[in-house]
Amino acid sequence: MARITMRQAISDALQEEMRRDESVFIMGEEVGVWGGTYAVTRGFYDEFGEKRVRDTPISEMVIGGAAVGAAMNGLRPIAEFMTINFAFVAFDAIINHAAKVHYMFGGQFNCPVVFRAPGGGGRQLGATHSHTPDSIFAHFPGLVVVSPATPYDAKGLLKSAIRSNDPVMFIEHHTLYQIRGEVPEEEYLVPLGKSDVKREGSDVTIVAYAQGLQVALEAAEKLSKEGIEAEVVDLRSLRPLDIGPAVESFKKTFKAVVVEEGYGLYGIGAEIVAQLQEAGFDYLDAPIKRVSQKDVPLPYSRELEQSALINVDRVIAAVKEVL
Amino acid sequence: MDKATLLEWYQQMVLIRRFEQRCSELYQQGKIGGFLHLYIGQEAIAVGTIGARGDNDHVITAYRDHGHAIATGCNLNHTMAEMLGKSTGLSKGRGGSMHLADKEKRFWGGHGVVGAHLTLAAGIALAEQYRGTDGGVLCYFGDGATNIGYFHEALNLSKVWNLPVIWICENNEYGMGTAVQRASAVAEIKDKARGYDIPNRRVDGNNVIEVYEETSKAFEAIRNGEGPQFLEMMTYRFEGHSMGDPLRYRTKEEVEERRKRDPLTFLVGHLQENDMATEEELDEIDEAMSAKLEEAVEFAESSPFPTMDSLYDHIYADL
Repeated sequence: MARITMRQAISDALQEEMRRDESVFIMGEEVGVWGGTYAVTRGFYDEFGEKRVRDTPISEMVIGGAAVGAAMNGLRPIAEFMTINFAFVAFDAIINHAAKVHYMFGGQFNCPVVFRAPGGGGRQLGATHSHTPDSIFAHFPGLVVVSPATPYDAKGLLKSAIRSNDPVMFIEHHTLYQIRGEVPEEEYLVPLGKSDVKREGSDVTIVAYAQGLQVALEAAEKLSKEGIEAEVVDLRSLRPLDIGPAVESFKKTFKAVVVEEGYGLYGIGAEIVAQLQEAGFDYLDAPIKRVSQKDVPLPYSRELEQSALINVDRVIAAVKEVL
Repeated sequence: MDKATLLEWYQQMVLIRRFEQRCSELYQQGKIGGFLHLYIGQEAIAVGTIGARGDNDHVITAYRDHGHAIATGCNLNHTMAEMLGKSTGLSKGRGGSMHLADKEKRFWGGHGVVGAHLTLAAGIALAEQYRGTDGGVLCYFGDGATNIGYFHEALNLSKVWNLPVIWICENNEYGMGTAVQRASAVAEIKDKARGYDIPNRRVDGNNVIEVYEETSKAFEAIRNGEGPQFLEMMTYRFEGHSMGDPLRYRTKEEVEERRKRDPLTFLVGHLQENDMATEEELDEIDEAMSAKLEEAVEFAESSPFPTMDSLYDHIYADL
């Protein structure tokens, strides 16, 4: 099996789906001639032409809204926000329209749009360009929210997202584009709304996703050298949330840590902790800990920014607290 | 215009007006909830523009949408049922007054966030262009919507991509209670379309014949590949912005003055001056429409509310 980068995996998923289905097209800022600001759509403009790889003005409101309209009227748009921070400008289009038109009109209209949005901290981009706002998007029924941690999942989930008849927010952590992983040559899909055990262990359960999952796996390897075996559950989809595997793991280990790159207050971790204690109260051996971004806007200066983010040491410390 | 068409329009305009009057009563009786925005005074715009559309053309509007629903031919019983929140409503009781829609009639709603649906219209038009059809989109909005960012992004993109959209500003002089000149930097809304190099003109929105003719020309232009068109329909809303509007922002004298330009009065005058209809014939239409409306109210009242176990239906198409 080939080991490819997450960037390549996402690019391959887009290309395969565009070759498969004429109604799939891409729109966004610099997706065409430039080839995508993260180079995900490099070469697409030449292969598919300007009809299917559409450069837009810097107009997030209409990128979001026009993608919804085109989706309602039978196309499968992949609308790219240059970064998830700019998706805030399109929040109304995503939340009030993409996530509502199916329900609000009694199921008459489908909205098979995929919003791709790279995001996250750690690249010295300053407070407005470093958000991990995943929990905000995951808050609303009607939207599917996905954020992969591996090239395999990224490709399989994106292909499922494109084929889905529901609106999908596909959040890509920008520090993961370079990571490599095994991806089969043959076609496969990863189902939306299914979490996945990425590492087995019996001492503690670590629930994570996206960049947090990579941090959790690294922490688990280090813990293993100390004789502590962590089970690592990858949520993959934040909505619909598949809590089952995390609960099963927790009932086995009786201890859990939740890792997310976003803020802890009202975050993904808060939800996971709530659901774990509801489903597994009798199995609770220790308070469930959260590892999340410190409660500050992210600063520019490198070390200062890093000090606010999650890291392997913080995960290890949290695990040792619950053991 | 031939007599049959004009009488058809008269019938639709009367039906819309009676529908709105009846909704006002039902709201006061507590049978319609939420917000209720009446279209009284603006009927000629929905009827005249939609009268000019072809088989593949779409309609999308804001929350003052009852007139557009009726003019696109939405089933009156199901439209009234939606007003009452019944399971037989167009949107199965999920949408209400502001969110009427009927996919079969190519009526895409009924949208509550000012300006947002202009971007949906751009996308609906893009899909037609993408598939190479001759379909276009009639997209309606009020004067107030031309001050929000959505408007400017949608107009700009429609021109850049040469989308088959007819932008229709229903200028009823007020965005809620704020007069156009207090909210818009330009006095004539059509001048905003000039900023995006979109052909534009002002139309007497109370004259259904002029509305139809100008819309027909706009359709001709988009079919010729000339891209988006912009029509500013001058009109006036006789009732408040929504039910419960204290109407502090305009005088009774102003409303009386504008009522002289009632689109129904204009059409009745035109029909009678040209010997196309007698008073008796028009009365008969009025009565027939009132009867049809009462049937719809009866249907809606006797329809069941959605069952509680249907609460979670239609959140997702696949899941």
